[in-house]
Amino acid sequence: MGLLTPDRSQYPALRADGSLDIDLSSGKYLKLWQGPQHPGITGNMSLELTVCGDEVVEGKTHVGFLHRGFEKLMERRTFIQCFPIVCRICVPEPDFNEYCYAAAVEELAGIEVPEAAHWIRTLILEMGRINSYLMYLGGQAGALGLGVIGQWTTHARDLMLDRFEELTGARVYHLFILPGGVRDGLPAGFAGRMAETLRELETTLRDVHETLFCNAVFKKRTVGQGVIDPAWLEPYGVTGPNARAAGVPRDVRRDFPYLVYPQLDFAPVTGQDSDIYTRADVRRRDLLLSVDLIRQILARMPRQGPFMAPLPNVLHWRIPPGETYVRGECSRGEYGYYLVTDGSGHPRRVNVRGPSYTHAVALLERMIVHCNIADVAALMVSLHTYPPEIER
Amino acid sequence: MKAELEKRLVTGPDGVEFEVDPLRDYYCDALPEVQRPAYLRIVEDLFNWARAESIWILGFGTGCGAIEMRPLMTPRFDAYRYGIQWRPTPRQANLFVISGYLSVKTLKRVIRSYEQMQNPKYVVGLGSCTLNGGMYFDSYNTIKRLDQYLPVDLYITGCMPRPEALLAGFLELKKLIRAGKAEGANQYAANFAWYKANQKQVIHDWDMPDYNW
Amino acid sequence: MPSNADPMSLAGVHARLQALFPLGDLAPRRAGLAFVDLPATCAPPALSHLRDREGFGHLVLLTAVDWLEEELFQLTYLVCNREARLDLGLRVRIPREPARMESIHDIWPTAATYQRELREMFGIDFPGSPRLDEAFILEDWRDIPPYRRDFDTLRFARENFAERPGRETWDPASHMRQRLYPEANPGMDPSVPGDRS
Repeated sequence: MGLLTPDRSQYPALRADGSLDIDLSSGKYLKLWQGPQHPGITGNMSLELTVCGDEVVEGKTHVGFLHRGFEKLMERRTFIQCFPIVCRICVPEPDFNEYCYAAAVEELAGIEVPEAAHWIRTLILEMGRINSYLMYLGGQAGALGLGVIGQWTTHARDLMLDRFEELTGARVYHLFILPGGVRDGLPAGFAGRMAETLRELETTLRDVHETLFCNAVFKKRTVGQGVIDPAWLEPYGVTGPNARAAGVPRDVRRDFPYLVYPQLDFAPVTGQDSDIYTRADVRRRDLLLSVDLIRQILARMPRQGPFMAPLPNVLHWRIPPGETYVRGECSRGEYGYYLVTDGSGHPRRVNVRGPSYTHAVALLERMIVHCNIADVAALMVSLHTYPPEIER
Repeated sequence: MKAELEKRLVTGPDGVEFEVDPLRDYYCDALPEVQRPAYLRIVEDLFNWARAESIWILGFGTGCGAIEMRPLMTPRFDAYRYGIQWRPTPRQANLFVISGYLSVKTLKRVIRSYEQMQNPKYVVGLGSCTLNGGMYFDSYNTIKRLDQYLPVDLYITGCMPRPEALLAGFLELKKLIRAGKAEGANQYAANFAWYKANQKQVIHDWDMPDYNW
Repeated sequence: MPSNADPMSLAGVHARLQALFPLGDLAPRRAGLAFVDLPATCAPPALSHLRDREGFGHLVLLTAVDWLEEELFQLTYLVCNREARLDLGLRVRIPREPARMESIHDIWPTAATYQRELREMFGIDFPGSPRLDEAFILEDWRDIPPYRRDFDTLRFARENFAERPGRETWDPASHMRQRLYPEANPGMDPSVPGDRS
């Protein structure tokens, strides 16, 4: 267990009850709140830092600023009424909630989804992943003061949002994946315009690679910083790019294949050094992998076909008792829904397992010790935390 | 109340002992005042013109609507051409965009940030959830009407509003400011007791001064 | 070995575990996911065993389900074996009053976060878990824990937050009945909002 507790040899002594002996009135330590109103914080959460000089000796994550009680609200909505609210759990990548919830409902209700819907779902999830990674790249650069990268990636994300709008009719919350399938097929000419967007995206990524990943400032501040020890992966439940950057090829798309991923040709992107730079690089290469996957999907997907399985009357839809867990690989790691039904028209219990739940609380509190104040924002962004999936 | 907010004796690094009462020492307890318009109409018009052309938004994403603010900063929508820009601290900002639902925990921080902003200041409520609760009408943790707690000058509806809707809303706010009708801050000062009573009704552990600026 | 099942399957894991702990029957959900009941006192040692001997190193989630009618909380520990691609959910039933369970933060440090949430949202006590009584999501909550089934969120919202008049809510089923079969419901105009739920 010594591995999981930070080195406390030159810092405030540990009291018997495990807390730190920090006397704020001695003037040696200072308590510093970063967030919720702070530009260097991801979303709406806050960090309570105790610093000695400019070194953090203790950090605590405070969440709950975005809590709406989704899990409670879903218990008093019918299965179909839950759909408009699930996507609002995660703004940058809302489709994952729709997919996971739909898959859980389909599994418990025994609905067979048509083949064409599987392909379109995969397409939408990959498009959402691209959006989320683009937000991340801009944020990671912005946390180190490189504002222009964010301008480019936000623009590239806008281009992808245009494709989303064409396909689903909405920019941010799409509600395209429903239980039983998807709402519709691809519009005419979509594949051609998507190919053009992907080309522009690759141009942007080439520019980002040259200006960010080859930038001396970025390298000096991120290489060797914020290392996740591979031994922490299991105890802290680290998943997704954070784990892959440590050299462990954990990818739900390959380990627990879902949708049409078994038919696609890809290998998980991994890194070696597990620092902030490697995590950013893994995400950049993962983004290129998503571009490749979208090309494969568009080339091979069936254009015709039923996109929706016949559903019972959704107003009186009862699902037999059961419980299940459905997972997928979102841009931040393993995203899952645990759904319990009791034979009534409402879910008995829904639990959302967001990857940030472990990354932003237990892991971040461990990693932040001995970190410089100026690097806290970069470290936090590099874990790609997103608060609403912690508190729902 | 948190231990660090309680009155206590502190020994400084130089060995001198002194008493600290954070809630009284760190804040000014003067209440907000209604700002009267300038005596001359033409001077007030000039002020309003200047205010309307420099809308500086506080960078506090309180809810999911914040994600549509980011595209506004890029060349595609380019809000900067209207004199709109984002500032990291409340002291430099004059527009608070409440970007979506407010949980009770956030409301407390929002009130603090709002009160720290300098006059003239404006509030825009973004999304249906600031209007009437929207999707979260039955949630136990989000407020349903923003105007019970803060003076709202303008609402932008939608869930969530598109960047174009935000731009249209900001232009509408400019017109209000130009016409001298964006009187939210004065309304807050005039009805201060009513707003405070409403705020304290939902925020139980009120561990800050009544007006902290 | 009490069973000759494939050692790398959930049935094999279940058989080996059953030799050590008084386990219930395996309830398979789909290939690679099954749930099993066990008594509360056996859960931490069983989880330890699964982590160290069976390769279930990843705690996917820890959550609770409120079975109000049976006066029980169900705690679900979902653990995952990445190499063998297996998920096993351990279901533990504990009484609702007093709701108490042994902490597993020493098996997985990240479980402390889950236990803080369960403490706050369900009122389940996990003695010894770090920072258990610090506020996690809610701030100064004075009602019963909100995820319990007997907490009525709509009533709480109506009592505590001012509502803007004019908001209409329809019950979908009765609204559609009026729209589709107006003759069966005379006197109800479908264009007039009604049936506030």
